[in-house]
Amino acid sequence: MNKKRFSPLRNEGVQMLLASLLCILGGLLIGFVVLLIIEPSGAFEAIIAILKNFFRFSRVNQRLKYLGQTLVRTAPLLMCSLSVLFAYKVGMFNIGAAGQYVAGACATLFCALYLKMPWWACMMAAMAAGALLGAISGALKTFRNVNVVISGIMLNWIMLYVTNTVLSLPGIKNPMSPYTIQIRGNSPTALLPQMGLQKLFNNEKSVTIAIPIAIIMAIVVWVILNKTKFGYELKATGYNYHAAKYCGMKENRNIILTMMIAGALAGMGASLLYLTGIEEWETTISSVPAMGFNGIAVAFLGGLSPIGSILAAYFIQHITLGGGNVDLSVYCAQISSLISSLIIFLCAFVGFFRLTMQNYLRKRDEAAAAKAQVKKGGRPS
Amino acid sequence: MEQYAVEMLHITKRFPGIIANDDITLQLKKGEIHALLGENGAGKSTLMSVLFGLYTPEEGEIRINGKNAKIKNPNDANDLGIGMVHQHFKLVECFTVLDNIIMGVEPVNRLTFLQKKQAREKIMEMSKKWGLHVNPDALISDITVGMQQRTEILKMLYRENDILIFDEPTAVLTPQEIEELMQIMKNLAAEGKSILFISHKLNEIMAVADRCSVLRKGKYIGTVDIKDTTKAELSRMMVGRDVKFAVDKEESVPGEEILRVEQMSVASNEHSKDAVRNVSFSVRRGEIVCIAGIDGNGQSELVYGITGLAPLKSGSITLCGQNITKAPIRQRAGVMSHIPEDRHKHGLVLDYPLEDNMVLQRYFEPRFTNKMGFLKRREIRAYADKLIEQYDVRSGQGAITIARSMSGGNQQKAIIAREIDKNPELLVAVQPTRGLDVGAIEYIHKQIVAQRDAGKAVLLVSLELDEVMNVSDRILVMYEGEIVGEFDPKQVTVEELGLYMAGAKREAVKQ
Repeated sequence: MNKKRFSPLRNEGVQMLLASLLCILGGLLIGFVVLLIIEPSGAFEAIIAILKNFFRFSRVNQRLKYLGQTLVRTAPLLMCSLSVLFAYKVGMFNIGAAGQYVAGACATLFCALYLKMPWWACMMAAMAAGALLGAISGALKTFRNVNVVISGIMLNWIMLYVTNTVLSLPGIKNPMSPYTIQIRGNSPTALLPQMGLQKLFNNEKSVTIAIPIAIIMAIVVWVILNKTKFGYELKATGYNYHAAKYCGMKENRNIILTMMIAGALAGMGASLLYLTGIEEWETTISSVPAMGFNGIAVAFLGGLSPIGSILAAYFIQHITLGGGNVDLSVYCAQISSLISSLIIFLCAFVGFFRLTMQNYLRKRDEAAAAKAQVKKGGRPS
Repeated sequence: MEQYAVEMLHITKRFPGIIANDDITLQLKKGEIHALLGENGAGKSTLMSVLFGLYTPEEGEIRINGKNAKIKNPNDANDLGIGMVHQHFKLVECFTVLDNIIMGVEPVNRLTFLQKKQAREKIMEMSKKWGLHVNPDALISDITVGMQQRTEILKMLYRENDILIFDEPTAVLTPQEIEELMQIMKNLAAEGKSILFISHKLNEIMAVADRCSVLRKGKYIGTVDIKDTTKAELSRMMVGRDVKFAVDKEESVPGEEILRVEQMSVASNEHSKDAVRNVSFSVRRGEIVCIAGIDGNGQSELVYGITGLAPLKSGSITLCGQNITKAPIRQRAGVMSHIPEDRHKHGLVLDYPLEDNMVLQRYFEPRFTNKMGFLKRREIRAYADKLIEQYDVRSGQGAITIARSMSGGNQQKAIIAREIDKNPELLVAVQPTRGLDVGAIEYIHKQIVAQRDAGKAVLLVSLELDEVMNVSDRILVMYEGEIVGEFDPKQVTVEELGLYMAGAKREAVKQ
């Protein structure tokens, strides 16, 4: 049993990757069938458009520019998925990531536009706001045993309208439109520094250090969860609350702390989007931005690993933006959301696919063991 | 030719790296009580899973009442009249006894309305006939473990099963209830039911069974007639060597007081009455004090109070001269080790590898965590390997085995290794041998006595009277949250203890 022949299929990472790819494939396939049902003639083109995203441009410069934009929007998504997976490892389902993201947007834009603070202060404010929201969920969980899903969903809506109200203040909202005023031009110190990164993407204005920051955060989360005493305690609390208590961990503190960190990650995600100046907050918006919810899907598609999340976040963002290029004379604009939601829906099966794979391998092992035994028994000794 | 109810012939079931059942033959005669004896991991559960169609054996055949049977799933087994009382009952807590018995085979009229009246009559009749006293309208959560078990038995009888399997049925019962169960089993057998009795308690097998088949490490050792055998022979067959039933130990030499509990009360999670009421006692260096009693008389809560898992309602605890009444768990854990009652709930993080479980009580020490808060993985691995070696903890992949995949006995050994290696002044061991086989029990008892001999104080909580009598130096009996008697194990009989445990007698304990 000690010496195992090398088999890539047995590697957990490879299994995860395969399972995720299967989900993607399945999602695209079902999406394609839906397209076929709606209008067969344009289905193939539409699915290609979604997959191509910026590759539809023939010029390299154009491609780079839009790759840059895709990455800019990947960063906040990655942060939301980190928020979800961090809480998940400690046994909580942080559906409140969406609200924590909104809280982050609220705080970061208020600091940037109203208080004219520099970018790093805006980012800290976003993290603090997200952490506060997370702490409320965590505290309700530990002291009143309120499920974090319930408190999360309610806080999502509370935060959305708080944000709409705060960001409608004069000096923040553009009086001519429902959007907040632009950071660029109004408080340039709040814009994230670019440090020359834009040069890699054909001088796309919105490319900033947000992208490397998000990737670094993914690595930090991985290190915390897997290498530190803190992560050991948090995961133990998540796996077995009673055992954590038994060996003297501060199990209640751990839960609140986890939700605060998860909230801070999601809040930071919002600052990584809005401080690039790529878009403004719409103060009349009446639904919680999808970023936080998509973070859930990304976390699962990425196999609940921070590193897997990087790839998954990019992919989901890629097809979401690609969906914008579908021929709108044939299909309605929501078709891209449909395809990505199909993939996201199938993400729920990542675990199932993995289990099936493992079962198959185990069966094969059992059969092999049986065979070997028979051979051994048959041989004269 | 004799008629067999169940024949499992030459069953072989292999798993990767292990043969769980190697050419095992088990023949259950009609109307007999047949014991299946074996240590943990001997293959009893696998064999039963094969009988219930949960595993498909590679070789061998199963015959029921002389006919070849293909059992693909538990429903097939049910159709063949095979029923089982599991060690952990499969009852719906918030349903009544009646509802649990008829569940899945509810009598309904044409409009699919339940016909409970009929069912009740049938159950009352069966209950009278077999001496299985139950109150059909009581909720499962309100009745005793003994009555829950009778409900399980009635469930099988209601389904008109003729082949009854009892999986370790006495583990949760009081001596009196065990007596009763034995009588019920004999009655059932006399009425023509065939009974398979899975156990590793030799006394009970000797008392009730007609024949006994023994398994050891997946192999079939043999079948013997109980009237021609002895306890010693059975245990030799089961373990493969002579087993000592008595625990070797010297006279205890108690030293200074380590633990002192004064007027302690602990609230109950289930009742408005306190689970522990005004309990006072002490444990000294070099002695094993045993808390005896029937399950659910406040022993768990007593331990929770001492170890810090539950707050005290009143009273005080002194450990090594320090008042720890309100001390956090980790501070207590510095001088106290705790082998918890429920190894899955408290003792282990089942989804963590073995090595992470081995350092569960000391991962925060500088030895395993550096100043930056990073775990010293190499140290942890080395430490885990040392404990695994020293305490002979067996697992599939050593230190990286996920704890969930280990056998119960080895999980328990891992906990014991961890807690004893901490070198505590006080060892609190709650049912440390629950569900373990003779070999493992012998080992654990040795470890506990060794701790005592090394000058530690040991507080042992046990439901097994054999263990209470053999291991302890002083016995405290708990009944309904109070200590109702203090005894010297050399001067008291099991019967006497039983009376105190059942609340029939009590004495004022000097405190």
